[in-house]
Amino acid sequence: MYQILKQIAKTGIVTERAPEPDDALRVAAQRLGEIILKHFGRALAIRHVDAGSCNGCELEIHAMNSPFYNPEQLGIKFVASPRHADLLLVTGPVSRNMETALRRTWEATPDPKLVVAIGDCGCTGGIFGESYASCGRVSNVIPVDVAVPGCPPTPAAILQGILTAIEPGKR
Amino acid sequence: MKLKELPIEVEPLAGAMPAFRASVPATGLRELCAQARARKARLVALWGSDETRRGAGYALHLGLALPSGLLWVSVPLARKDPRYPGIADIYPAANRMQRACADLLGVRPDEGADPRKWLRHGAWPGNVFPLRKDFDSGARPAHEPDRYPFVAVAGEGVHEIPVGPVHAGTIEPGHFRFSVVGEKILRLEERLGYTHKGIEKRFESMTLEEGAKLAGRVSGDSTVAYAWAYAMAVEGATGAEPPRRALALRGILLELERIANHLGDLGYLGNDVALSFGFFQFWRLKEELLRTNARLFGHRYLMDAVVPGGVARDLERAEAEGLVQVLEAMRREVATLQSIYDEHAGAQDRFIMTGQVLPELAERMGLNGFAGRASGVKHDLRVDYPIPPYQQLDPLLISHTRGDVSARVSMRFAEVFESMRLIEALVQEVPPGEIRAPIAKARSGACGIGWIEGWRGEVLIALEAEGDRIHRLHPHDPSWQSWPLLEHAVHGNIVPDFPLINKSFNLSYSGQDL
Repeated sequence: MYQILKQIAKTGIVTERAPEPDDALRVAAQRLGEIILKHFGRALAIRHVDAGSCNGCELEIHAMNSPFYNPEQLGIKFVASPRHADLLLVTGPVSRNMETALRRTWEATPDPKLVVAIGDCGCTGGIFGESYASCGRVSNVIPVDVAVPGCPPTPAAILQGILTAIEPGKR
Repeated sequence: MKLKELPIEVEPLAGAMPAFRASVPATGLRELCAQARARKARLVALWGSDETRRGAGYALHLGLALPSGLLWVSVPLARKDPRYPGIADIYPAANRMQRACADLLGVRPDEGADPRKWLRHGAWPGNVFPLRKDFDSGARPAHEPDRYPFVAVAGEGVHEIPVGPVHAGTIEPGHFRFSVVGEKILRLEERLGYTHKGIEKRFESMTLEEGAKLAGRVSGDSTVAYAWAYAMAVEGATGAEPPRRALALRGILLELERIANHLGDLGYLGNDVALSFGFFQFWRLKEELLRTNARLFGHRYLMDAVVPGGVARDLERAEAEGLVQVLEAMRREVATLQSIYDEHAGAQDRFIMTGQVLPELAERMGLNGFAGRASGVKHDLRVDYPIPPYQQLDPLLISHTRGDVSARVSMRFAEVFESMRLIEALVQEVPPGEIRAPIAKARSGACGIGWIEGWRGEVLIALEAEGDRIHRLHPHDPSWQSWPLLEHAVHGNIVPDFPLINKSFNLSYSGQDL
C-alpha cells in the first residue's frame, strides 16, 4: 500500500486542458435544441461501436481515457449499453457484417441522440472504401452529427469531436 | 534442392528470411502434413488462390515453420469443383482457415471436414466467392439471413449467455456464446468475421507500393510488424536490398510497438482485477511513449514508418539519445509497478491459475508469440532465425510453463525490459548510410515471404506479384492460432474472469477477419 501511495504522490496530476470545440468537424446542422444541450451537454454517456475498424482508432479511444485527457473530469463517461447512452462513438468503415448490428445499436439508443464518426474510415471509408464487404463511411448507414478525420485521430481530436457534438452549433 | 527435414524437392525463395517453395499434388498433401507434424513443424498459415487467369485452376497454400525456415507449399487444384483432403485433424488450427478459404474462394476440403462457414455471415450468398478473379469488385450481393449453427449444450441447469458483436467495453466486435452452469463456464463458442472488410480483395487492386499502407492497417496495433512483413515480401519478390541502417531502424520501431502494446495491456489487466491504479499508471507511461514516437517518427503508432525498400524517416543521433533517456526513465517506473503488481495479493489471487493453457495443448494448437511462450512453446522468430538487425543482439527467449494469466502478465513485463535492452543496443550501433533502397518491378510470377515476430506473435505476408501489381496476398495474423485456444483457456473458469483471460491474450479481430 505504501508503494502505491508513494507512486500516486510522485506522479501528481498529469491531466491536460481539454480542447475547444471545432465547428469545422460538424457534418449535420445541430439536431438538438440548445435547452437540451444545456442540461445534457456536460453529463454525457458514450457507447463506443467498432463497426469494422483496424483497431487503430480503438487504441486512441483507450488513450483518451488515460489520465492525460481524463474525460470524466468533464462529465463524460463510457457506458456498457446503448440503452444508457446519449452519444455513439463509431469507428471503422462499416463492414457489411456489422451493418445490422450498428443499425440496431443506433435504434437501441434513446432519443435525442448524437453520433460521432471517428477516423478517416468513419469519415470516408478510408483505405478500405466500399466493396462487397464494406459499406464505407458511417453516414452511409446511420445519421452522423460530427466526423473526426485522422488515421487514427489523436485523443485530443477525438475529445474535441465529442465536445463539438455537445456544443450548440454556430450554423 | 532437397529440404533437410522433409523428403521433398524445394526451391529457395529470395528474401531476408530463410524460405522455400514446393508444389505438392493434392493426393500427397496429408502425407506431407503428417510427416511435417511428426517433425514438429508448425502450421503458420493456410490460404487459397485463383490461378484461372494463369491458365490453371485454383491452388491451396500452406506455410509450415521448420528449423531451416518457412516452407511455402502450393497444391494445384482443379478449375471445376476445387477440392483437397482436409488437414484439420493433423493441424487443428487449420479448421477455421479451411472454412475461410471455402467462404472466400470456394476451395473446399473433402467430406468429413467441418462444413460450417466462418468469415461469411449474411453479406454474400454461399455460391458467390469474392476472391475469385471473375468476381466483380463493384458487386454488392444482397444480404441473406446468417443462420449460423452454434453448438448447443444441454443438461440440467445449463443456460446460454450470448455476448456481442457489440461489446460492453471499447473493443472490436465479435460474438461469444457461453454455456454456463451457475457462474462456471462449460463451453465458449466464438463467432468472428464481423470486421471482415475485404482486405485481401482490396490488395489485388493495388500496386506493390500502394499495398504498404493497407498492410499497415490489417491490424492497427501491429502496424509495424505488418508493414515490415509486407516490405520484406516485396523486397524478396523484387530483389531489393534494404540498407543496414534501415534494418536497425526497423528493429527499433518493432520493439517500440511491442513495448507500447504490453504497457497498455498491463494497465488493462490491472483494471480488470479492480486495480485501477495500474490502469492509470501504465496508460500514463504508454502515452509518454506514444508522444515520443510522434516526435521522433511522426506517428504515435508508427504507421507507414516502414516502407518497401527501407524506412520513411531517419533518426538523428541526438534524437536516438533522447529515446534512450526516455526508455531508461520508463524502465525504472515499470520496475516499480512490477513490484506493486507482484506484491498485490488481490491481483495475484485473480491472476494465478486463471485461464490456463497447458504446454501440450498450446503446442498442438499452434499457439505462438508471447502467449505461446507463456505456455512453454519456445519459439520466437527473432531467436529462431536471427537475421539483421537481430543477428548481433542475441535476443533473449523468455518463457514460462504455467500458461495462466499470471504467466502471460510476467511475460509482458519481461518482454518490455528485453525490448528496452534491444532498442538501447540498436541505438548504439545504427550503421551509417541510406535509409531506403529503390524498388524495381517484380518479374511476372515473382513471390516473396515476410515473416516477423510482432508483439502478439508471428505475422506472415505471402505475396505473389504480377509486374508492379499484386496477384495474391495473404496477410496472416497469429490470432488465427490463438482464438481457438481462448475457448479452451476459459473452461471451468467463472464468467467474470472471462474479460481478464481475454485481455491477457488481447487478440486481434481485424487481423483474423480480414
